[in-house]
Amino acid sequence: MARAFTPKVITANHLIEGDVIYLTAADTWSRDLAEAELITDEAHAQLRLLDAHSQPATVVGAYLADASSGTNGPEPTHFREEFRRTGPSNYAHGKQEVLANV
Amino acid sequence: MYKYNDFDTAFLAERNAQFRAQVERRIDGSLTEDEFKPLRLMNGLYLQLHAYMLRVAIPYGSLNSAQMNTLALLAEKWDKGYGHFTTRQNIQYNWPKLSDVPDMLDALAEVGMHAIQTSGNTIRNVTADHFAGAAADEIEDPRPIAELIRQWSTDHPEFQFMGRKFKIAVGGAAKDRAVLKAHDLAVRVVQNDAGETGYQILIGGGLGRTPMIGKVINDFVPRADLLPYIEAVVSVWNQIGRRDNKYKARIKITVHEHGIDDIRARVDARFALIRPTFLGADQELFSEIKAHFSAPKFRADSTTPYDTAYKADPVFRAWADTNLADHRVSDHAIVTISIKKHGATPGDASAEQMRVMATLAADYGYDELRISHEQNVILPHVHKSDLPAIHAKLKQHGLGTANIGLISDIIACPGMDYCALATARSIPVAEQIATRFDDLKLEHDIGHLQIKISGCINACGHHHVGHIGILGLDRAGVENYQITLGGDATWSAAVGERAGPGFAYDEIVPAVERIVDAYLSVRDTAEETFLETYRRVGMSPFKAALYPEAIKKVA
Repeated sequence: MARAFTPKVITANHLIEGDVIYLTAADTWSRDLAEAELITDEAHAQLRLLDAHSQPATVVGAYLADASSGTNGPEPTHFREEFRRTGPSNYAHGKQEVLANV
Repeated sequence: MYKYNDFDTAFLAERNAQFRAQVERRIDGSLTEDEFKPLRLMNGLYLQLHAYMLRVAIPYGSLNSAQMNTLALLAEKWDKGYGHFTTRQNIQYNWPKLSDVPDMLDALAEVGMHAIQTSGNTIRNVTADHFAGAAADEIEDPRPIAELIRQWSTDHPEFQFMGRKFKIAVGGAAKDRAVLKAHDLAVRVVQNDAGETGYQILIGGGLGRTPMIGKVINDFVPRADLLPYIEAVVSVWNQIGRRDNKYKARIKITVHEHGIDDIRARVDARFALIRPTFLGADQELFSEIKAHFSAPKFRADSTTPYDTAYKADPVFRAWADTNLADHRVSDHAIVTISIKKHGATPGDASAEQMRVMATLAADYGYDELRISHEQNVILPHVHKSDLPAIHAKLKQHGLGTANIGLISDIIACPGMDYCALATARSIPVAEQIATRFDDLKLEHDIGHLQIKISGCINACGHHHVGHIGILGLDRAGVENYQITLGGDATWSAAVGERAGPGFAYDEIVPAVERIVDAYLSVRDTAEETFLETYRRVGMSPFKAALYPEAIKKVA
């Protein structure tokens, strides 16, 4: 039996900055995982991934990443995605730096 | 130091102009990512977890102060104020924007540097002994050969689309400081019975998921035969190396599957075919290159300031005891500057630190610097009388750590803090081990002990050849660290043996501490190093220390 589909978000890197971005339900790209569209249907996920792949002038390497529903929006379920939405642990660089400067 | 001639400068300018146009075409949409990726990789540009990463070659780890200052400029102007020196004598910038990279490459070209073939399935940046030209045990400076190989391999039409990457290292001394036996091909300068200088060639070494120790394919290749011989080796592998499975594509697998004798016969046949096409231009070029590497005129002076500071200042003495190595001229020393301050990221230097090191090289070091595969910076030629002033300056900038060869002088790859391939983090593990043993004030008592950490099976952190190797993996969605013991990165190279089941992220530092405690209690004398003890007593006392529960169960 095929494995049950688990919720996903679509994520990629931005073409110019190279930083982590997420596809929102409004068809825009956000740098905040909490704003991503949490996809619970497998067929819909494939369609959204096709949408993402059709934007090569904006994004690189779009893929489906596991996520779960949190109080403030999607949350990562794997530590790799946790690091991607935060930044490296040796310096306060990446997204954590941007948040600190808000 | 090698100085670019008109050809080199024009070649690099053209190459950079090509890449600038390729970046423009990617940004305006005329190139897809699939089309662009091989082009950016040929120019050292990766896309990592949080950003692009530009890997700049420091050929055979040699650079001058102007080049170091340019590396600082790149860090400050286009990155976040620092760079990461790697285990292949490169420097990586972790945060460039795609649109800035052509400008970065142009700035590098102004000081004769580039990022060509620091990635992709090509012959990569040639590495060498970081004490090249200075070591007391050197037969011949390996850098002219390394430069010859760099020029020959750059854009070599036969070797641009190989089955996999190919790494070459060159050593010229009795002691191997370049991890020769872990390279696809290693060149070792040797002398034959007649007193002629030539090259011993090893092939098929490598780390990664299938670690192998390199084997000697030829004990003595005469000087004039070197390039055609290397070309024959790469050519044979390029033809028969496996392309069906990228994990079996490296030459170590080819040698393993065919056997070294079969490969030797094929290389000899290929060599016989191509040797006549080398008509001596390479040897003319080699003589020209060699002239660039003539030793500086070493000044003679009294070493009294050094002797006085050594007696009077215990901090200076501790630093001198660990961070200096014998120079071939007795009143000079080789200084290794540790960029492994306790708790800091191994291999990272800020722009300010790079400038300090550049200034020291210009003021005291005959304008020469080296980068080691151990991720430190070297001033290869320093008159001993200048050492107290150098040490004082280093201390002011967080560069005075006295830990070379000790437990906190850790090799660590970027791991999952940056790398898209990583399966776990390396940097925080290294930081915590260094901090822990500094707190314990034990590291000088422990003595020579190399810890090497990789954040995935590809082994950029050389964990297989660490006295203590640590490999970070993803086990069911959690970081897990495997320990190997007894690895050796020198001429007596050995792949470490796995100790047993892995440890969680918060268990790995205590596990290392238990290994070290076991070593301290079973070593014969304070002089017996960790590796010597391991070779004498084997795995069992360490296993007992690591897995006390398992021992209890058996009992």
